[in-house]
This record gives sequence, C-alpha cells and structure tokens, in this order.
Amino acid sequence: MSENKDERIVGIDLGTTNSLVAFMQGEQPVVIPGEDGLNLVPSVVALANDGPRKFVVGNGARQYLVETPERVIYSAKRLMGRGVDDVREELKLFPFHLADDLQAGEVLRIKLGSEEFTPPEISAYVLRQLKKNAERYFGAPVTKAVITVPAYFNDAQRQATKDAGRMAGLEVLRLVNEPTAAALAYGLDRKKEGIVAVYDLGGGTFDISILKLHEGIFEVIATNGDTHLGGDDIDNLLIAIAIDDIQGELGIDVRTSPETVQAIRKEVIAAKIALSSEPLVRISVDLPTGERYQRELPREAFEQIIKPVIDRTIEPCKQALKDAGVTPEQIDEVVLVGGSTRIPSVSQLTDDVFHLHARGKKPHTELNPDEVVALGAAVQANILGGGSKATEDMLLLDVTPLSLGIEALGGVVAKIIQRNSTIPASATEHFTTGVDGQTNVAIHVVQGEREMAKDCRSLARFDLKGIPPMSAGLPRIEVKFLIDANGILHVSAREQRSGKEAEIEVKPTYGLTDEQVETMILDSFDNAEADFAERQLIEARNEADTILAAVDKAPSNAAWQQLTDEERGQIALLKDELFVLKQGDDLKALRAGTEALDKATRRFAELMMDAAVSSAIKGETMDSAGDKLGEGPTAPHPFAPAEISKD
Amino acid sequence: MSAACWSCGSALAAGAPFCVACGKVQAPTADVTYFDVFGLPRKLALDTSTLERAFYKLSRKLHPDVYARASEREQQWSLEQTSLLNDAYRTLKNAIPRTEYLLKLEGVEIEQDRASENGAKKESRMPPDLLEEVFELNMQLEEMRMNQKMGEDDPQLRGDLEKAKTQFEGQLAESDSDLQKLWVKWDAAVDADDEASQADAKNKMVALLDRRRYVRNLVRDVNEALGA
Ligand SMILES: Nc1ncnc2c1ncn2[C@@H]1O[C@H](COP(=O)(O)OP(=O)(O)O)[C@@H](O)[C@H]1O
Ligand SMILES: [Mg+2]
Ligand SMILES: [Zn+2]
Repeated sequence: MSENKDERIVGIDLGTTNSLVAFMQGEQPVVIPGEDGLNLVPSVVALANDGPRKFVVGNGARQYLVETPERVIYSAKRLMGRGVDDVREELKLFPFHLADDLQAGEVLRIKLGSEEFTPPEISAYVLRQLKKNAERYFGAPVTKAVITVPAYFNDAQRQATKDAGRMAGLEVLRLVNEPTAAALAYGLDRKKEGIVAVYDLGGGTFDISILKLHEGIFEVIATNGDTHLGGDDIDNLLIAIAIDDIQGELGIDVRTSPETVQAIRKEVIAAKIALSSEPLVRISVDLPTGERYQRELPREAFEQIIKPVIDRTIEPCKQALKDAGVTPEQIDEVVLVGGSTRIPSVSQLTDDVFHLHARGKKPHTELNPDEVVALGAAVQANILGGGSKATEDMLLLDVTPLSLGIEALGGVVAKIIQRNSTIPASATEHFTTGVDGQTNVAIHVVQGEREMAKDCRSLARFDLKGIPPMSAGLPRIEVKFLIDANGILHVSAREQRSGKEAEIEVKPTYGLTDEQVETMILDSFDNAEADFAERQLIEARNEADTILAAVDKAPSNAAWQQLTDEERGQIALLKDELFVLKQGDDLKALRAGTEALDKATRRFAELMMDAAVSSAIKGETMDSAGDKLGEGPTAPHPFAPAEISKD
Repeated sequence: MSAACWSCGSALAAGAPFCVACGKVQAPTADVTYFDVFGLPRKLALDTSTLERAFYKLSRKLHPDVYARASEREQQWSLEQTSLLNDAYRTLKNAIPRTEYLLKLEGVEIEQDRASENGAKKESRMPPDLLEEVFELNMQLEEMRMNQKMGEDDPQLRGDLEKAKTQFEGQLAESDSDLQKLWVKWDAAVDADDEASQADAKNKMVALLDRRRYVRNLVRDVNEALGA
C-alpha cells in the first residue's frame, strides 16, 4: 500500500507505435518529455550489442531499423498475449523472427540479435524508458502507474501488459481502456452530459467506445473494436504494393533484403502522413541494385487503396451502437483518438457512421490525438491517488469487451458474463463430477462471442483438485468467476457439501506464470545492473581520455619546464599506466588511475593557471589567456579534479 | 444478530455494503439478494431511472477506484461489493432478467437462456396454440434453406417469411405488455400478503417467459434464414 501520500502516480499510454507518460500538474494533465525534449517515445526497442546487453529505446532505436533490422522490435504490442498460430500470418510483414522451438499455446519469444525475448519483456523496456523520463523530470523515484490498454484487449493481453509493468518495476494500479481514458481527458474541462462515442484508430489497434456522461460519472455502455487494425495495416498494404511494383517493373525481388523493405516502409509511412495534408506525394526508394523505384501517389488513389482497411472499422461501430441501444443520432459527440484519425477519409468515415454533418456537428480533435490517451491516464492516476479539485466527483465505470464463457459438452460455449457488462462483474457456476470417486474437474474458460469454444479465445484451463471422493453427480463445486476493474479474470472454487475450498491449478493459455514473471524481473535486473556498470565504464574511459589528451599536450606549455624531473617522471609513469588500464574493464582500477594522474598533475595545473592569470594582468585578455589553456575559457579545465559520476 | 462497522463500531443494517456513519466499505455478507443491494422489496414494477441514480450513488461509495489507497482487505471488499452491485444493476434494470431473477428467488428453475444468445439451438417446449403456425413456418424455413443452397431466390417465399417475422415480433411485443400486467398483479399480491394470488402470478409469468423464449427463437431462425 502507498505509505507515501506524495508519491506521484503517472499515467502511461503504452502504444503500438508511440508511448507517452503523463501526470497531473495541479489541475491539468501534462505529458512528460524525454531527454530529447520530445513527448512521444516510439515503441521501438533495439539491442545495440550482445555481451553486456545494451538496449536502446525510442527515437534512438529507430536508426537501427534500417541498419540492423534483426536487432530491433517495434509494434510489440501486437504480439502481447498471443500465440504462435495467431501471429504467423502477420509476422510475414514484420522483420521479426520467432524462436524456432515455440510450441502452440506458449508465450511468444522473439529473436533479437542472438537472444530471445517475450513481448512483455520488450514492452517492459519501453516502460522502463518512460519511468526513467518521469524520474528525471521529478528528480524522484516513480513506482506506481496507470497504464492504458485497447478497450478490446482480452484477458491475456491485459495480463501481459500488467506483467510488463511489473517487470519494469512499476506497480500497475489500474489498466484503463484507451478510449475511456481519452473521454476522461476530454471530460475534464467541459463538464459535459450526454452520450459520447470515442473512435480510436492508432498504429495497431482499433477501438470504439460509447459512454454516457452524467454528473462526473463516465459510464461506458458499449465497446467494440479490433486489436489488429490500424496504421500498420495501411503501411503493410502500401509496402506490398511497392514490392509488387518493383517486382513487376524492374524484376527485382526485394523481399529477401530486409534493409530495403525497411527503407520502403519508412518511405511509405512518410508518404501516408504527407497525404493527410497534401493532395499528392512522390515515393522514391533506392534499391540495392543501384536502381530507383519511383511512384506518384495522389490522395484519391491512396484513399482507394486504404478503403478496405478503414472500412473494417464500420462494423464494430455499428455493433457498439446496437449493443448500447442507441441510434447514430443519439450520439451527442464523437471524439477522435489515435494518429490514424488524421487521415481525412478516416475522419470522413466517422462523419458518415454517426451522421455528424447532417446534424451540423464535427468530430472532436481539439486535444492532440497522439497525447489524449496519456493525458486521460494521468487523470485516472490522479483519481486513484485520492483525487484533487479537478477530478473530484469523477468516476469511471467501464465494461468488459468480450463475453466470458466456459466450454460445455460438445465444445459449445456457455456464456457466464456477457460482453459490455460493467466491471467488476462476477458469475457463479456449479459443477459436479461425472464418475464415481472423481476428485478432479477441469474447466476451460474462453472469451469471445462465437458459439464453439474452439472459435473463441482460450483464456485458461482450471483444474479443480482435491474434491472429496463421492458418487458421481454428488459433489457440488461452486466456482466464482470475477472480472476485476482491470478487466482481468479471477477464479475461486468451493466444494459445497464438504465446505472445502477446492484447490485450483490455473494454466493460462497464452500467459506467463507468476514464477516466469519473477524470473524475468530478475533477468532484467541483472541486465539493468550490467547496463549501468557498462555506462559507468564508458564514462570513466571518457574521463581518462580527457586527462590523457591534456597530458599529451602538457610539454608544449611553459609551465611544464617549471616541474621537477621527478614530477615529470611520475606523470609519465602514471600516464602509461592509465593508458593500459583504459583498455581493460576494471572500473575501480581505471578510476584510481585517473585520480592518481590527476593528483600528480595538480601542481602543473596551478602553475599554468598562474601564468594565464598573470598574462591577463599584463594586458592580455582573459580570452586569449584561455586560448593558451587550449580549451577556451568556459570549458572545464582539463586538469581540474576528475569528476567521477556516481549516479 | 446485528453487526458493527469494523472501522468505527457503529451498528450496521443487515447486509449493508458500507457504514452510514463513517462511509467505509464492509465485508460482504452471504445471501444478499440483488433486491437487497438496492434496499428494494421483491417487487417487479420498478422505475429504472431511480434505479440508475441509486446505482451511481452506490458506485461512488463502493468502487475500487475509491479504495485504491486503502488496505488490501478494504480493496478486496470493495471489489466484491462492487461486482455484486454491478451484477444486481445489470439484472434488475432489464425487464426479462429481472423477472427471471425474481422467479428464481421464488424457487422456480428457470431455463437459462444463455446458449441462445450465441446462436446455439435450444429446444424449448412449444406452446400448443402455436402448433399450426410453427408447422407451416418450419416448412417455409426448410424451403428457404434449400433455395439458398441452390443459390435461388423465391420472392414469394421471402415475402411469406417477412410476414411471419412481423407477426411473431408482434407477439413478442404483446408478451412484453402482458408481462407488465403480471408485474402489477405480483406486486399487489406481495403488498396484500396474498400467497394464492402470488402463486398464480408466478405461474403465469413462468408460462409467459417460456412462450416468449420460444417465439424469440423463432424470430431468430427466420432472421437467419432471411440472411438478416
Ligand atoms: N498525419 C498522419 N496521417 C496519417 N497517419 C498518421 C499521421 N500521424 C500519425 N499517423 C499514424 O498513426 C499511427 C500511430 O498512432 P498512435 O495513436 O500514436 O498509435 P498507437 O496508439 O498505436 O501507438 C501510425 O500508424 C502512424 O503512421
Ligand atoms: Mg493509442
Ligand atoms: Zn463506520
């Protein structure tokens, strides 16, 4: 529990394409920029080198995309909580490679350089970066967060996100649905009442949520979506067309060259973004053969190409309206979220679906569609932290996006919690045995809307154990299914005749066990240590270089002659020693060597300083005296005590 | 036996989810009905907008968001109390689930209709007065399916099915208004403590729901055949 009331809880949008961290500054949520001053941290993770692992996250990782695509992962969110059979098709369009020995139903492992990582581990690296950015900004540790997920994420995907938070050293106080978060951000400064639709089309996911706003209560009444629909699909379509073109026109198969595919990817994304404001773009890619692929793409042609993709958002919108029991005319406001809603034909589509134009309305885009989800997460973080004047009376009531069911006889699903039920929600079911003396009952829990269990998402298999042996049909095992406020399922069971708490063994279908998560925390902790040690070593080498370079230049300075032979000999000796130490990786010895050389040259530094000052008195300017020091007046004195950073 | 608030010691009403004196969430008690959650008698004609207001008010008291910084025990209670509240609201706000729930409390084994929600066929008893209509409808449905298999379209048949659909939908609407009349009868019998009249209303509701379920499945079958 939070002992420290002042500790800031951050809100995190862990996006497919971009991630952000925000917090509530007084009455307003604000995004925390990274060291580079940018708000968006691309959800890209690169393993810069093996040996002591070095990860690069965000903008810095993007350069690796073209240079060493096999060492980079992006859009890892698409892989969260999924199995190998789910992703085989779409992985064809991504440069990632799965581990060779993956079994069906196992958590994915992706090859990165010579190592393998699960999607939650990759996401944890993105989260660590955001955590670091926030800690840098506050100058204090950050350990608690609200993280957003697509509303249409299933149990496994939510659990995977929570695991990622834990691996990153964050206590995830709540998973909030992205469209709901956006509604919170919008609802903050406009005490609105009425029915709002939030349409969120990002890089990899699509969500539609319909909410009822009343006196600060944000009640989600229906949600729908597609966790595999977004800008990535548009990009992949354009890439496929370019690859076909190149094959057709130039007879070159570029699919065998990941670098070229990535170059095409970069180019078509730029073209797509330009087309949101320009009527025409020119695509141009240099090919490995020295030839160049060029093509003009007018906006109309682009809109034709992407129509099948964006039209896939219509059905979920209609279904959500139907589930909410409202007509398009009853929607008072439509809020657009996600980078892909900047595409004019996407915004037009929402206009058509919700009959906006005819009613003299426009979709809302006042808040930056890239940032609004993170801002809403910060609002929810504030509410969970006890609230403030800005958030008092605000309460979020969300729903579960998918029906929960159990596999009954013949593989048919018996639904126990319907989709769009307000969460937390629960259902109690009774089970019995089919054979005399049976002590185990297996329950298969699935999520989805289809009739047959095999067509739904398998969540977990529960094995009820320790049932007292009785005649078949006599035991009465009560199982309680509870979906918590994060949309995550909990199960407990009791044998009613004996009153015994039944033991449950859970085998999550696409999830990590608690032990696995713990191991991964330890693994990455080792890495964090290794990362840190490596950074310190690099810094210490830089210090040594600086002082060695200064010593090299020393004999050309008049002050050098004022030293005794003994002093000069000592300096030369220490210099050689430090040169050797610098090649090794003994941090302590390297620091000691640097300090020793620094000490030995201190008198020389003083003499040189004196000379500079006296020449300044003699009429030389401080500037030119500084020039004599070789570094300019504002540069740190090369012989000043070495600063060994211990951060 | 009356309970006391774990936090301030004030006396608690039976099954109270939170303490009126200090506002703190309480441990859930067994055997609380959905009607108890809202402090309502076991009656059926209720005003849904009043129910909604009560739901919002209780949510503000019990929701896990309010207890995010409380002890682990309070968090767990808040989770359980809120799920009970949500389950209760979801059940009571809609006419059919509310009626089914009440009948279940009254000892009626209600045939859970969840399979039909996802399209699985479930045989329910055919109301005898529908025998003829259903016989004819089944013939037409069979023909329609044959046609579809052959890729043919018979506008006459389609028209007949549309007509049947409208007729059955009319029956559904009718059964809804009949149900409301039975609610009034039930509620009055509860107020008058008239057991015979309660039993009568109960049996009529069971029969009505059976019939309604049957008709609804018919409508669904027709919709499926029409490809709607
Ligand atoms: N101006 C634009 N026009 C078209 N697409 C854009 C534009 N800006 C961003 N995008 C696309 O939006 C997607 C990223 O949106 P974002 O909301 O950040 O996604 P996510 O939430 O999935 O991380 C990417 O596919 C990106 O190419
Ligand atoms: Mg997003
Ligand atoms: Zn009290």
